[in-house]
Amino acid sequence: MTTEVGSESDVKKVPEVQQQTAPASAEPSQEESPSDPEAAASLEPSSPPADGGPKKEKGISRFLPPWLKRQKSQSQDKPGESSAPPKQESVEAVQEEQEEKHGAGAATASTEQTEEEKSIGSADTQPVREEKSEEKEVETKEEEQVIPHEASGLSALKLNKKMKMVVCHVTLLDGSQFSCEVEKRAKGQYLFFQVCEHLNLLEKDYFGLSFKDNAEQRCWLDPTKEIKRQIRNSQWQFAFSVKFYPLDPSQLTEDITRYLLCLQLRQDIASGRLPCSFVTHALLGSYTLQAELGDHDPEEHRLDYISDFQFAPNQTKELEEKVVELHKSHRGMTPAQSDAQFLENAKKLSMYGVDLHHAKDSEGVDIMLGVCANGLLIYKDRLRINRFAWPKILKISYKRSNFYIKIRPGETEQFESTVGFKLPNHRAAKRVWKVCVEHHTFFRLVSPEQPTKTKFLTLGSKFRYSGRTQAQTRQASSLIDRPAPYFQRTSSKRISRSLDGAPVVNVSDYSQAAGAGENGPALELNSDSKSQQVEVVEEPDADAATSISSETAFETDGAGAPERKSKLRVQGENIYVRHSNLMLEDLDKTQEDVLKHQASISELKRSFMEATPDPMPSQWDKRLTGSPATTLRLQAQGSAEVKPEVNGQPEVVEVVEETVVIEEVVKAKPKSPAPEVPATVETECAAEVKEERSLSSDSDSEEEAEYHAQPPTTTTHNNKKKQEPEEEQEAVLIQQAPPSGIESQPITEAAEPAPSAEEEKPAELPEEEVHADEPLATPDEAPNGHALQAKAPPTLRAAPTEEEEPHIVNGSASRVEAEHLPQVICCSEPPVVKTEMVTISDTFAAQKTEISTKEVPIVHTETKTITYEAAQLDGNGDGEPGVLMTAQTITSESLCTTTTTHITKTLKGGLSETRIEKRIVITGDSDIDHDQALAQAIKEAKEQHPDMSVTRVVVHKETELAEDED
Amino acid sequence: MAEVPLSKAQLLPGFTHAVVRALPQSLAKEALRTGSLEVDLLKAQEEHDKYVSVLKHRLGLEVVELPADEALPDCVFVEDAAVVCGDTALITRPGAESRRKETEAMKAALTELGLSIVEMTDESATLDGGDVLFTGREFFVGLSMRTNQRGAEILADAFKDYAVSTVPVQDRLHLKSFCSMAGPGLIAIGASEAAQKALKIMQQMSDHNYDKLTLPDDLAANCVYMNLPSKGDSALRLLLQVFEKLKDHMLIPVSNQEKVKVDGALTCCSVLVNRKKNI
Repeated sequence: MTTEVGSESDVKKVPEVQQQTAPASAEPSQEESPSDPEAAASLEPSSPPADGGPKKEKGISRFLPPWLKRQKSQSQDKPGESSAPPKQESVEAVQEEQEEKHGAGAATASTEQTEEEKSIGSADTQPVREEKSEEKEVETKEEEQVIPHEASGLSALKLNKKMKMVVCHVTLLDGSQFSCEVEKRAKGQYLFFQVCEHLNLLEKDYFGLSFKDNAEQRCWLDPTKEIKRQIRNSQWQFAFSVKFYPLDPSQLTEDITRYLLCLQLRQDIASGRLPCSFVTHALLGSYTLQAELGDHDPEEHRLDYISDFQFAPNQTKELEEKVVELHKSHRGMTPAQSDAQFLENAKKLSMYGVDLHHAKDSEGVDIMLGVCANGLLIYKDRLRINRFAWPKILKISYKRSNFYIKIRPGETEQFESTVGFKLPNHRAAKRVWKVCVEHHTFFRLVSPEQPTKTKFLTLGSKFRYSGRTQAQTRQASSLIDRPAPYFQRTSSKRISRSLDGAPVVNVSDYSQAAGAGENGPALELNSDSKSQQVEVVEEPDADAATSISSETAFETDGAGAPERKSKLRVQGENIYVRHSNLMLEDLDKTQEDVLKHQASISELKRSFMEATPDPMPSQWDKRLTGSPATTLRLQAQGSAEVKPEVNGQPEVVEVVEETVVIEEVVKAKPKSPAPEVPATVETECAAEVKEERSLSSDSDSEEEAEYHAQPPTTTTHNNKKKQEPEEEQEAVLIQQAPPSGIESQPITEAAEPAPSAEEEKPAELPEEEVHADEPLATPDEAPNGHALQAKAPPTLRAAPTEEEEPHIVNGSASRVEAEHLPQVICCSEPPVVKTEMVTISDTFAAQKTEISTKEVPIVHTETKTITYEAAQLDGNGDGEPGVLMTAQTITSESLCTTTTTHITKTLKGGLSETRIEKRIVITGDSDIDHDQALAQAIKEAKEQHPDMSVTRVVVHKETELAEDED
Repeated sequence: MAEVPLSKAQLLPGFTHAVVRALPQSLAKEALRTGSLEVDLLKAQEEHDKYVSVLKHRLGLEVVELPADEALPDCVFVEDAAVVCGDTALITRPGAESRRKETEAMKAALTELGLSIVEMTDESATLDGGDVLFTGREFFVGLSMRTNQRGAEILADAFKDYAVSTVPVQDRLHLKSFCSMAGPGLIAIGASEAAQKALKIMQQMSDHNYDKLTLPDDLAANCVYMNLPSKGDSALRLLLQVFEKLKDHMLIPVSNQEKVKVDGALTCCSVLVNRKKNI
């Protein structure tokens, strides 16, 4: 697309913008024969000029809240780049493919999505929904544009290898196989929902999909993650099974759910996983017969009619006779009644719902850890030698292959004690830990813990149980209103086949079946964090909490790559902390009580969090300073698992978060008339993002996160050596919370053009230049020093290149941002570089400035920079420079991402303002789903800093073109 | 695994039979004892007769009376020789070598009653029935001088439906030397330190919430409770005043002074069985 075209599209979409943009961009590009027919032609097929720009962002923007979505785009193409198109096409293809998948997922599981949104209840999702109506127009418009394009893109795609579908085979509980095609990058839940739909199952929260990993260990498929990344090289073969055994099956709403539970238990019993006595085998077997075959018919049912069934691991003639004898006594019982009776008896078995894991105690004695609804059971052989009910447990953690539980001191004891167990390996330790976390959340909590909690509890892995808790699922299923679905029970043949055919699960298999969990708002778990830190978090020191949370922000997916931890964290250690108050609950409290209790806890937390942050360096700051080496790693989800291509150019995503202190986030509700929000933590977080804009609290918390797309490595840029196409992406995400003055301002207002939002114009360009010109260390090599450098750019935006760094140093950077809101980013194309810059702004009034890049050394790369900005409410009025309190830079790296975090605290007008900037560089070839990684990173950042708002996201994507193409 | 309040009905099912054994003359001099008290054989005999008569007449159980064996001075304490739960009887391997043979007669009697018999053949295992407390939902096995881990494991294998937790027993002969079930979900427990300690452990190990009835005297905590369809709750007991708290129980005082001298508690003297007549 040509410059002209690009600006045209801008004009269409955001007329106001155009005036500024057009001239600026047009000028520089003039020399470059903007309307080169060739270039246009070559691009044509994949991207219609008009919406080519926006279209591309779709990939990322779909993950962003709408307020960040409005975009102005401008793209330019150069004649010299005629070779570029092919590459670009493929990139787009990927994006479209994702969209498709996305769409499909939504279609098939629209209900679920809503539910998920609810359950996640995180800051991201909430705002999206709320603003939807407001921005409907805009969005629709965008979509319209996209659709035609997509269509054309699709046709182009047909030949494209990218559109990969994979067939998944799922073994159902009745032994039958269910196959379904899923997009290669589909997430676990997509498949799970497909299966549930196939089964016509609504009460699905008790179930899950599992697979065998390379080590033949059974793992739960995490619904929130891509399937492909979980199974790695294993086959696409899964098993649908019960994950949480309901304590009281009679409380299940539907018979079909009970039926599935029966099938699972029959398997458990036949395989010996669920031991029971002869009499119980016989009794359960007789109910099975009644359910499957109906009344005993002496003529039809000879003794051998049951030999197809397996009632016990070692089935004897005697047992079969007993089964038949009892079967006769069930005359008249319906299948549903038989199932219910079966369950009533099965649930009393001592090992019902106990998930066993092999382990050794501190003395090396073989024991089994049994995770169940009520807590953790310790077995030695078949004997229960200890039991730790959830209320007794303060903390669960793992470190390397050890699993620890911290025990609440007894009445007479003074100190907490920690009990450690040795698992066969690190993975096993993590697995048992995850299972504990999930069971605790599911059975013990009324609702999954909200992300807010993350703030003060989490340091390590973010693993949380994201599903519904038992309480929630019960509530949900009480709303089920449909005629009991018809379902076909298995024939005896099928059952026996499945039992015979399927490998018998032995105890060890069983123990390994414990799964990987899901990410969700539930509990706190960290992979790899120090317990000390966690404890600090628990301290009622607001500041510490805040800072810790920032810290946490950088850890995304700790699970992905446990190996590379920053020094701050202990490798492989996971901690699961519960709010100690929760521990006080009595076992027999009613749910209401628990609810109340939780509410009060939330209250507590809230007040805790609301405490005014100390402007002075927090403990955390000190700590950090003390250990300069501490680096935090922000790893885009899943990216760790993707091996970077050898030649892969780094993709840089910089997230700059600035922030913090939002007191009473809940104060003003953006849209709702009632400004007062009940103090539940959840509400709080949900409301936050939106509110921040419109309202604000007395404290000015400013959050800034930048996703900065910058060519991470100049080296790469300038090197022509790379032959493989590479992509580089940088993103800067800025979050800002409006100053308190704006408090009552409705969102709408906020959305309105902020006069001040001009700031960054000049900066942007320079930045770009800086990147291009300055050699930056490659992400992998980035030492701390580099981190600083990398950081600087984002903040610099307002100032010309050279000055940028100083700004940062002074801490004034953040202020600059606040004051000048640069809404526009421009770029020009140097002879060889194809650059596309897009700025998205909420503010209609936002002014854009374009700056064109001047001469740039010839580089065979394609760069694209996209900026998403929130409207600034800006209280920017104050020109008074803030006083820099602290500034820190933290760098961490992983396989293909390098994260640089810069945190500055400034004291401005008596208000302390913390700004966090994160720059994430993602390096890899096009196989990596950059958008996803990016989106994940943003999401994580937001989740970790719920009180901060993202004020800007800048994505800079750079794709190196094949040399020959140029 | 459900943490469900113990419902009265499902706990401690009623019994139909009781197996007892006559007192041997050798009891007075040769029976094992932790103390050094003299036993008045005559008085002991009197008490035992009363005990059996209560089972038989007041509680209406069918009592199987095994003959005494003079070579087995402790044979009157039949509880240690077998653990019966449901249709299964585990014939134990008593910790005291001199008592191993007591199981033979017991095995025969229980087989006669139609129970499926599980024998403890493992030479390394020992288990006295006095260390086994069945609450109706689970087993607690005291690890004592007479019972070891292996014995408990075998018990766990025999009764797979139930959780079997081990409880260390110190300073007392058996777990049931200081506790017993005094009702559905109600554990009678002695006030001694050893007893209280054991109770704590049991509470921690259990998924269920039990009520407790604390008695000043450990021995008093040993009672025979049964839920008889025809007669309501009944308990044989030693100390009247405390048990009066159990308003709905039919309390049947039984003297056991003489047998106590040889560590014989009330539960020791019978093995209760629930068998439908025609099976």
